[in-house]
Parts: sequence; C-alpha cells; structure tokens
Amino acid sequence: MKKRSMETSLADHRGKLIRSIERRLFLKQGLSLGALALLSGCELTDGEGVQKMLLAMSRWNDGAQAWLFNSTKLAPEYPESAITKPFPFNAYYGEDEVRLVDAASYKLELSGLIREKKPWTLPELYALPQTSQITRHICVEGWSAIGKWSGVRFSDFLARVGADATAKYIGFECADDYTTSIDMATALHPQTVLTFRFADQILPPKYGFPMKLRIPTKLGFKNPKHITAMYVTNEYPGGYWEDQGYNWFSGS
Amino acid sequence: MEAAQAQWVKVHPLVVRVTHWINAFAILIMVASGWRIYNASPLFGFRFPNDLTLGGWLAGALQWHFAALWLLVLNGIVYVGYGIFSGHFRRKLFPLTPRAVLSDVLAALRGKLAHDDLAVYNAAQRAAYLAIILCLVVLVLSGLAIWKPVQFQEIAWLMGGYEGARLVHFFAMALMVLIALVHIVMVILVPRTFPTIITGRARRMS
Repeated sequence: MKKRSMETSLADHRGKLIRSIERRLFLKQGLSLGALALLSGCELTDGEGVQKMLLAMSRWNDGAQAWLFNSTKLAPEYPESAITKPFPFNAYYGEDEVRLVDAASYKLELSGLIREKKPWTLPELYALPQTSQITRHICVEGWSAIGKWSGVRFSDFLARVGADATAKYIGFECADDYTTSIDMATALHPQTVLTFRFADQILPPKYGFPMKLRIPTKLGFKNPKHITAMYVTNEYPGGYWEDQGYNWFSGS
Repeated sequence: MEAAQAQWVKVHPLVVRVTHWINAFAILIMVASGWRIYNASPLFGFRFPNDLTLGGWLAGALQWHFAALWLLVLNGIVYVGYGIFSGHFRRKLFPLTPRAVLSDVLAALRGKLAHDDLAVYNAAQRAAYLAIILCLVVLVLSGLAIWKPVQFQEIAWLMGGYEGARLVHFFAMALMVLIALVHIVMVILVPRTFPTIITGRARRMS
C-alpha cells in the first residue's frame, strides 16, 4: 500500500516535469509556426501548401490542448434523470454491422512499455474494483448525449499492469478494426474509466461489448469500443479518424 | 504642396485598417468553415448550402476553423488593445445613446443620413461597430465553451452548459453575419467610404 502511494507520487512528479518540458516545446513550436505562416503566405493558392499549413496548425492545436489540459479538472457529472434515452448509436459503420465479440474466448492483449503483459480475460477484468460515472458524451459532429458507464479506473489498471507512466501515448486496437490513441495525461485522469457496463447492464454490442474506454475529457471518437489490444509507446500511433484529418488530441 | 495636403483628412489609423482586413479574412474562413461544421449535426431544421462552405468535409472544416481561430483571436487582441489604450474606441464609438441610434437608423432608412465627415461615425455606425465587436467576443467565448466544455466549464455554465453554448455560438454568428451584410450594403450605397479603409484618408468635402 505504502509502496504504491510512493509510486504514484513519483509518477505525479515525472508528470509535472514532462508537462513543463512539453510547455517549453509548445512555446518554441509557436515561434517557428509564426515564421512558417509568414513564409507560406505566397503559396496560399497551392493546395498542397494549404494542406501542410492546416496539418501544422492541427499539430499546434494538439500542443495547445495538452497545455490547457488540467489533470485535476473534472468533467461535470449528472443525475440519473439527465440520462439520454435512447442513447444514440455511433460508429464508422451502420448499426446492422456491429461486431459481435465472443465473451468466453475474449482476451485483452497488452504490449509496449508495460511490465506485466499477461492477457486479461473478462472475469478477471470484472473482478477489479469498479466505479461509475454519468457524463456527457460529445461527438465531433456537435451533438451530445448523457450516459452512465461503469468499470475500472484506467489509471488503477495501468498501475496494476505496470504501464510506464512517463511514456507519451497509449494506442488501442478494436474488434471492429477501429484504432485510436490518447496522451498519457488523459489516460491517468481520474474520470478516464475502462468500462464494462452501460446503464448498469453489461455493455450491449452496439455500445462496445466487451469494453469501452470512457474518457469524458475527450470527444466521442477518442473513446474506443470493443478494445482487444492496447500498447504503451513513445511513437505517435495515430488512429482511424486521426489519420484522415481529425485533430489528434480532440480534448474537451 | 501645403494646400494639396490640407485637402486630405485622416480617417482610419493604420492599425485599424490592417486589423480590419485581417479580421474580414479570418471571419470569412470562420463563417464558411463553421457552416460546414454546423451541417454535420444541424441545430435547426436546415443546412447551409455546401457550396458556401469551406473544408470539403467535417474534418477539413474543423482544420480551417481551428487554424483561423488563432488569426481571429490574435488580431482581435491587437485591435481591442489598440482601441482601448489609444483612446480610439472612446473617441470614435462614444458617446452613444439609444435615442441617437434610433434617429440615425430612421434617417438612414429614409436615405437622409448625412455622412459628410468620414472621420466621424454617426450613431448607427457606432452601434453597429460596437455590436460586431461584442458579437465577436461572444463568439470566441462560446466557441471556447464548445471546444473545451470541461477545461472551460465555467464559461459553458454561464451559457447553460455545452448545448446552451452551441445555441449562443449560432445566434452570435447569425447576428454578426447580419451586421456584416448591412455594413457591406452601406459601403456599396456610400462608395466613397471604401478607399478610406485601404488608404486611410479621404478628400475633404468642403
């Protein structure tokens, strides 16, 4: 118990150091970005130049959002009466194409900068200490809906498997061939929860059986469903929508 | 030479001219990309024609919106900072009374609003320019609330939460576009005002 609290305080300290380095990098990038904007002025009519400028600005906005992210600021929570019914289905495919995952043979694979890479079965995951939240899911399209999710706090899970909390990213692979990735600071946020239940019932397939990583500080598409594998890395992993031009950080 | 120079009167300072055009450019991008973003999940029973939008699809529109945002905000800070600290706002936009605005608007509708000295704004102009500045402030604040409803939840709360901030953002946009259209129509009706926002000066009438 004591050892664990020391580990978390060390992780906190490292987190602060990383944030201050990131902040400095962000300011430095800002200066070069200003210069870039001046230089690219002449090629504003050139499509490729415009695309490069927009992508550079999107990367800059990733930095701005990491800088704005407050790891102790909580997303508003709502009463049961505020829950949206029915909760909308959303994916990159239609509701009739929802993937069915076999519970008995299911295993969550872990890789990358993680000490204990043993795969997890569903009964093992269900046996972990559980927490609930009623939060607003906000889609990149603009609509929002309030739902109730329950599961294990992600920071607890990451500590349990010995994930390197100083690494930059966590990437996710899903049974529906979806991929996404998040920053470590968001992964460690107290409201980031690896959820197995929706509205107190085992997650139905359309909401991501067997699990959805619920992140109320990020847009909906950064909340992967049907997760089958996760990895901790320092190399930018991208993602299904991110690789097509959606902003990577997409924090709320 | 002296006499020729005396015929010109300074209308708009350089800072105002430069920030005006940067602002116009940024607003054009923000509105056109914002309409595309609106179309992804319309608040009301209509969509903006895609031909009037920027970005091609939602991700492209979001890229434009969040790139031009910086241009709009940084330019806005320069303009508002200049307006406050140089006394430009105090001299040009005030005093302003509802009565004066009403009488000038009525006069303008009858085509009888005199605008001889281009360096002095009439009450209708003062109200319109002040309103567009306030619209932009509200747009930026509601935009921050939509972009970051957790980090800036205090701003979102003031607007009735995330969904409230979306409504505020929409209506502030609508009012700003309306004022900008009236502004453009007025420039077309009084075309000699147009060169002054580029050169900064106008020939004295008398």
